[in-house]
Amino acid sequence: MSAWITKSAAELADALAAGEVTSVELTQAHLDRIAAVDGQVHAFLHVDAEGALAAAAASDARRAAGSPASVLDGVPIAVKDVLATRGLPTTCGSKILEGWIPPYDATVVARLKDAGLPILGKTNMDEFAMGSSTEHSAYGPTHNPWDLDRIPGGSGGGSAAALAAFEAPLALGTDTGGSIRQPGAVTGTVGVKPTYGGVSRYGLVAMANSLDQVGPVTRTVLDSALLHEAIGGHDPRDSTSIDQPLPALVEAARLGAAGDLSGLKVGVITELSGEGYQAGVLARFQESLDLLVAAGAEVVEVSCPHFVHALATYYLIMPCEASSNLAKFDAMRYGLRVLPEGVESPSAEDVMRASRDAGFGDEVKRRIILGTYALSSGYYDAYYGTAQRVRTLISGDFAAAFEQVDVLVSPTAPTTAFKLGEKLDDPLAMYLNDLATIPANLAGVPGISLPAGLAEEDGLPVGFQILAPALADDRLYRVGAALEAALERQWGGPLLAQAPALAPALAPAPGHATTEENR
Amino acid sequence: MSDTLLSFEESLAAYDPAMGLEVHVELNTATKMFCGCPTEFGAEPNTQVCPTCLGLPGAMPVVNAKAVESAMRIGLALNCEIAEWCRFARKNYFYPDMPKNFQTSQYDEPIAFDGWMDVEVDGETFRVEIERAHMEEDTGKSLHVGGATGRIHGADYSLVDYNRAGIPLIEIVTRPIMGTREQAPQIAKAYVAQLRELIVALGVSDARMDQGSIRADVNLSLAPVGTGALGTRTETKNVNSLRSVERAVRYEMQRHAAILSGGGSILQETRHWHEDTGVTTSGREKSDAEDYRYFPEPDLVPVAPSREWVDELRGTLPENPTQKRARLQAVWGFSDLEMRDTIGAGAFGLVEETIAAGAAPQAARKWWLSEMARRANDSGVEIADLGVSPAQVAAVQALVDAGSINDKLARQVFDGLLAGEGTPEEIVAARGLAIVSDEGALSTAVDNAIAASPDVADKIRDGKHAAAGALIGVVMKEMRGQADAARVRELILEKLA
Repeated sequence: MSAWITKSAAELADALAAGEVTSVELTQAHLDRIAAVDGQVHAFLHVDAEGALAAAAASDARRAAGSPASVLDGVPIAVKDVLATRGLPTTCGSKILEGWIPPYDATVVARLKDAGLPILGKTNMDEFAMGSSTEHSAYGPTHNPWDLDRIPGGSGGGSAAALAAFEAPLALGTDTGGSIRQPGAVTGTVGVKPTYGGVSRYGLVAMANSLDQVGPVTRTVLDSALLHEAIGGHDPRDSTSIDQPLPALVEAARLGAAGDLSGLKVGVITELSGEGYQAGVLARFQESLDLLVAAGAEVVEVSCPHFVHALATYYLIMPCEASSNLAKFDAMRYGLRVLPEGVESPSAEDVMRASRDAGFGDEVKRRIILGTYALSSGYYDAYYGTAQRVRTLISGDFAAAFEQVDVLVSPTAPTTAFKLGEKLDDPLAMYLNDLATIPANLAGVPGISLPAGLAEEDGLPVGFQILAPALADDRLYRVGAALEAALERQWGGPLLAQAPALAPALAPAPGHATTEENR
Repeated sequence: MSDTLLSFEESLAAYDPAMGLEVHVELNTATKMFCGCPTEFGAEPNTQVCPTCLGLPGAMPVVNAKAVESAMRIGLALNCEIAEWCRFARKNYFYPDMPKNFQTSQYDEPIAFDGWMDVEVDGETFRVEIERAHMEEDTGKSLHVGGATGRIHGADYSLVDYNRAGIPLIEIVTRPIMGTREQAPQIAKAYVAQLRELIVALGVSDARMDQGSIRADVNLSLAPVGTGALGTRTETKNVNSLRSVERAVRYEMQRHAAILSGGGSILQETRHWHEDTGVTTSGREKSDAEDYRYFPEPDLVPVAPSREWVDELRGTLPENPTQKRARLQAVWGFSDLEMRDTIGAGAFGLVEETIAAGAAPQAARKWWLSEMARRANDSGVEIADLGVSPAQVAAVQALVDAGSINDKLARQVFDGLLAGEGTPEEIVAARGLAIVSDEGALSTAVDNAIAASPDVADKIRDGKHAAAGALIGVVMKEMRGQADAARVRELILEKLA
């Protein structure tokens, strides 16, 4: 195992700049790590060794010529399989997109390429990002590197696990109701959901357009800031993208790491702490609050009374949008095509029906049915209409809270990682994982999850969530970096240093990538 | 199976028609409604497509500002209010030529609403109220291969061309048009004709009904005469010529009346108009229960045109059609009857363009309302779709004015034009149609005619000049029509003075 793979992206960028290592070496080291451990973790759906190494060689050539494309030029990255990558399979974790190779890059992917980051491959996810455990992937679950019998969170379990298993120094995720932050929490990694409109969604295969946001998945707060700056900013291809410059995120992270939070007001959301939360989660949360106070922040309790309706609101708006978004998967132009059995000369409609039946998993079908029902004539006002009104009230709660405090905080998820299969047959229990992360998506405000330590009862990572007003993403980085620095002082290093070592694969590794491609 | 029809007169005796017209106008913007693909008509299939208009996973729409501008200009020209804030909505239904299986349209928040247009029929003005004009995208086009009918049933396979997918459309919807009685078919036609003229004047569309850039759907219902009620309606789709609009209204009135008077009830459904046979047939059943599950398009931000922009666009509107007609009637010196006939024939714009191209007003009117109207009628098309342009008519008239040809020869030039034989000048040369101005030949022909009919010649000598007509005919025949009849008359009178 190469020593490079446990370094942060910022450290790798410095080493590349100092000429201590080449991008090809870094990329190969991560490809070797993937080959060694991904058979157990299954963070990747597709590994593009050839493409990554070619991009790395090009990066090294730019360095040698003295003209790197960006500070992260040459640092490899993994991309969630819900983002379109030209020439690389993009399945969204679904059978229905098996074999589809996009002819275009998502804007964020194009920006990664422009910034010189070699793309290692595509990471596993719940089908169409619908889930909190990555168990709903049609290609099999991802395993939590802290305990391979446990879930890595979802839907972006692949990206988070890739970071926790040191298979990649950076990854992209997407967050519709917590799909970046909750996996971050349960794998001891960092994840950021930027302000809605802060990062382009062009090329993100939409689950719920009004909630989806692309964001960084990293091991440190500074790395998230670096990646956020690389992918963020206005995109004319996304009408909902905000046409103004990003705040200075890296600067905020560096400022925060100095540790002084004097004058900062932190609000603890009453409705998102207490009942339903695991004891170890609450203990670590309280400990982090104490550290914030020690850094000079004032902590107060703030009530957001409508947050109790957030989950119900989310589970109306999201399926409504999703049911319509997923209509395009009809076997007419791309993806899986299944001919119905026993039907002679089937009609287009027959083929659509058979293909969608075979191509979508149960959770996807559940949400299509929910959304179709809720949008139906006669139900629209009662369901979608009411949900939109509650959504406005939740935004109002945030606005009122941010009148009083600079940032809001809560545990990211109510529990640590649960066992694979434990909640698979209980959708409502599964949905409850996102209780604390969903309000931010409904209101479009940014949020970060960072490791807050291990729960005493099970020794598994706990996440600490910080939320800021829309467009004030810099506050996440300032407060997050300060807390991270204080916690790491306590721990004597990064939390992931305490993760159990993954045994190298028993079977020889080199065949791995091919196996994944052929799944 | 053919439908039973009641006669038009019997239908009206028992029922009042109510119509609702939905007209789709394909805009002539350079790019599509939500992406940068070109919109040129007739390109190779699936060459004007991109991730967005193909509905590829992850692609997103961006609104075409020029299309919004065109929509607002149409709305303003129809005396509509322009929304201060409106949104796009998704109309959800599955169809293979619809890339996303939802159409990005507008639902309860159209860009323009509450307008009207005054329609002139037989010199009377009828006000048609406009409910709304909204923006949407077109679908792709299916081509069903195999089978006898070219329709989906019985086809071996279907091909889909997505070049049209995403072309901007404006749908203009009227309120129920009531109280039209026997004029219903004419008013429907006149509404679409005038709307088309307006679209042409605005310059926002090619306005070619034959190419589908203007398509009309005709909603029709009948109610017992005098009740003022609204009966169950049918929606006849894609009526693609002005003449068909009139025929389709008439046909559905008679079909409904036959069913209702036989004690039956109308099935609310979509019907297809068949241009060739002049009948409608049942399409998919359409009830109000058909549920498009509309909801606001979350990938687009609301359209909120500033009042300054609206006012600026108001300043770019063409002259109001009613005022324009009154003004041009005075300029052209047309009688009320001539004007009414011109409008009724759907030739107002053509005459206007012909005059603009240099022809005298009466000459322009004469060609379109006699020669062109007859040819259009013979081939069952609208005169606008005949294939002769106003510029060509003006060029032919210029040759007449110059004495190169006469009216009779001009008809042969039109034959040549329709046969694609080149410009009027080329056709005159190639067909040898130029009038013979050789006085010697003409004089000989006149002498021959006089010699052949001494009794007629005597009458003329006695001052009965009207008798000259018989000799002119003989001379013209000998000259195979290539002579100036006025000059022939002059020569005859000179010689017999």
